[in-house]
Amino acid sequence: MTALTLNPSEISPVRRILGGALRSREIAVAVVLVLVIAATTVKNDHFLFGANGWRDLLLTPSILLLLAVGETAVVITRNVDLSVGSVVGLTAYLTGRIFIAHPGTPIFLVFLIGLAFGGVLGLVNGVLVAWGRVPALVITLGTLYIYRGVFLSWAGSNRVNASDMPDSFLNVGTKQILSIPLLTIVAVIVLAIVGYYLYSARGGRELYAIGSDPDAAQLYGLKVTRRILAAFVLSGAMAGLAGVMTAAYYGTVSSNAGLNLELQAVGAAVIGGVAIFGGSGTVWGAAIGAFLLVTINRALPVLGVQDFWQQFVVGVLIIGSIVLDRVLTVRRDRKIIEARDNA
Amino acid sequence: MPGPNPEVVLELRDVAKSFGSVVALRSASLTVERGSIHALVGENGAGKSTLIKIVAGVHRRDAGTFRFLGEEVDFASTAASKSAGIAVIYQEPTLFPDLSVTENIFMGRQPLGRGRRIDRAAMYAEARALFERLGVSIDPRRPARGLSIADQQIIEIAKAISLDASLLIMDEPTAALSGVEVERLFAVARSLRDEGRALVFISHRFDEVFELCDTVSVMRDGEYISTDPIADTSVDEIVARMVGREVAELFPKSPTPIGDPVLQVQGLSSAGVFHDVSFTVRAGEIVGLAGLVGAGRSEIARAVFGVDGYDSGSVTMLGRAVPRRDVRAAIRSGIGFVPEDRRKQGLVVESSVARNIASVIRGGLTRAGFLATSAENRASGPWAGRLEVKTSALDMPATTMSGGNQQKVVIAKWLATQPKLLIIDEPTRGIDVGTKSEVHRLLSDLAGQGVAILMISSELPEVLGMADRVLVVCEGSITADIARADATPEKVMYAATRAVRPNDITPAKTEEVPA
Repeated sequence: MTALTLNPSEISPVRRILGGALRSREIAVAVVLVLVIAATTVKNDHFLFGANGWRDLLLTPSILLLLAVGETAVVITRNVDLSVGSVVGLTAYLTGRIFIAHPGTPIFLVFLIGLAFGGVLGLVNGVLVAWGRVPALVITLGTLYIYRGVFLSWAGSNRVNASDMPDSFLNVGTKQILSIPLLTIVAVIVLAIVGYYLYSARGGRELYAIGSDPDAAQLYGLKVTRRILAAFVLSGAMAGLAGVMTAAYYGTVSSNAGLNLELQAVGAAVIGGVAIFGGSGTVWGAAIGAFLLVTINRALPVLGVQDFWQQFVVGVLIIGSIVLDRVLTVRRDRKIIEARDNA
Repeated sequence: MPGPNPEVVLELRDVAKSFGSVVALRSASLTVERGSIHALVGENGAGKSTLIKIVAGVHRRDAGTFRFLGEEVDFASTAASKSAGIAVIYQEPTLFPDLSVTENIFMGRQPLGRGRRIDRAAMYAEARALFERLGVSIDPRRPARGLSIADQQIIEIAKAISLDASLLIMDEPTAALSGVEVERLFAVARSLRDEGRALVFISHRFDEVFELCDTVSVMRDGEYISTDPIADTSVDEIVARMVGREVAELFPKSPTPIGDPVLQVQGLSSAGVFHDVSFTVRAGEIVGLAGLVGAGRSEIARAVFGVDGYDSGSVTMLGRAVPRRDVRAAIRSGIGFVPEDRRKQGLVVESSVARNIASVIRGGLTRAGFLATSAENRASGPWAGRLEVKTSALDMPATTMSGGNQQKVVIAKWLATQPKLLIIDEPTRGIDVGTKSEVHRLLSDLAGQGVAILMISSELPEVLGMADRVLVVCEGSITADIARADATPEKVMYAATRAVRPNDITPAKTEEVPA
């Protein structure tokens, strides 16, 4: 018979977990992240130990982290959501307008409205993709421009300024609890919930199954349409939450709020080991990818790297991680075939 | 009507199903009882797979009765049939390569612990128990990617068993299994039968059917033919029922003088696909390549045409060697190739009829590197006319045409290159009867003009009606070379299945498998 690996009982659980960790993409990216932070701090200790060093390190990636989490849920199903940057912009502007119209709106309620509004925009994407049977790339490229267009025509030449929003809301953007920024705490809690769902709930595992082989998922009798819809709603809701955070963090909402964030979100997911053709990857990886992407952009100027090369490095990171995936896949497949032939 | 028999698990009566104008099932019937293993046999295209897909909820029937456990049912989805208690193992394994084999088995119905959390420990334990029962050692945590076909099949079987279904359907589960694995599968099948479940077993291997099954039903051309206890019948009887049909309805090839060899294939081998294939096709001759689906016929044709490579052997056209893996050289040497899947491989369906027909000869039509639509129309007009392609204009997109007319466009495309050899894979698949005979007439005319034709077909009457010589492929080798005069459906079927005469069958030893 073709037993391809050692009998599971022959490997101790400790060794199995350790071996898994060494091969894990999440840990590899985390190591790179730590190296980048360490190198930058050695060059200029303000990066980590300055007045706002620690706070900025945690705070700046929080918005992208949320987007990467939502994007991961969509990419896992072999789809993509390119509209998230526009959803961020639109929701951020909505937040400002709510405060202008009803200055006394409870902050908690504003967050809920942002979440729900983003969810609705995500639902539009999901409905078009799941029932229209049109590739998500095309649909969400369309809604990227539509949502941005709605934002621009609504805002006109107005922008939301810090003076339009209550101080208590703006404080949320910088508040720290036990030296950890509040926005980071929110993002990490959301990350933990989604991460738990994707790993431990039937619905989460079905997202992986759908992305791994959509036709097989149909034959299994999985609720493919409903699951894909849910993934897009999640991605939209994350972008909505990120939009409210953007308003609180920056204090102003101009017409370029959220611009190009969708590509960073996809980039973070890919760097974090989420397969662009679906079926594998974790939100944990995507979150670390988001951290790395933001931190490297802040670290490179400190390290004296010119503006042009910063973009270049991000590109190398993305392509590098895909090449790494490919090499690992080829090596693994070859091993499997060897094992099979020798059996 | 008598009340439902409690012993009957599945009852299908006069079930019909059409896909567009193509009738897949006319009146199919099948009755399967508790505690029995029921064989379902028939030629390629007899409608077995369509019938199974109706039971599985993939397709819905157009007409007829479908009862499961005494209840009239009409499954709208695979989920519905699954939850009713039907497990299906398809010919092609359907697994999620990125997920662990355990997740593959339990997807959608994982054991849940507190708070609806998936209980992974319980899931792995159950998977291990299933593998033990099947007598295989597969790490339940390994991903499904990279499993051999046999192991993939094992996962499918484990999945079906874990469903605790009252009806288990296996569509050619043994095609990729070795002898030991087949015995293990049979032992499991028997123990499931003894638990009182019903099993349907589809296979082309008669020795297996006779070894395992209690009852056998025969289908032909989408119709129910017969059901017999296995003990009361014989391989000869079954084969006769599978193929028994008039050949007269089809257009026979008109006699043509056979000329010199055009294509000579010598010792062609490709590891794991086909081995030591040698044959010759002469001018004016139609050679039929018969065999079961998956026997390697299309792969041989693709290698000859240079789409795929091969490890050893040679291909010669009119005495000149054809380089391997070079489609352009193959076309230059005078080979035309009408592929099996015309929509995907034969046509640019969005393009016009004229553009499709002219696509291969385009090089000769350009003026200063530009290709005028008028030149395409001029060049393709005569060919389309000759084939009576029914389309109002040459600039209509090919996608709007019927399957038969699309096929004619693909043939016209190759005729425009004036080939010496035309390889045609399933020339009339999915084509209505009228157009079918037109395609046959066309092939016959071409042979009359001295074109050598290599025709792959899964339809026995077509092969027997058209071919001057029938080559039968079985598991990658040519197992028979039968002249037209000697070709009978039975001979071809025996060679295609390498069936053993019933008196040659020795009951195989049954291995003890812990149940």
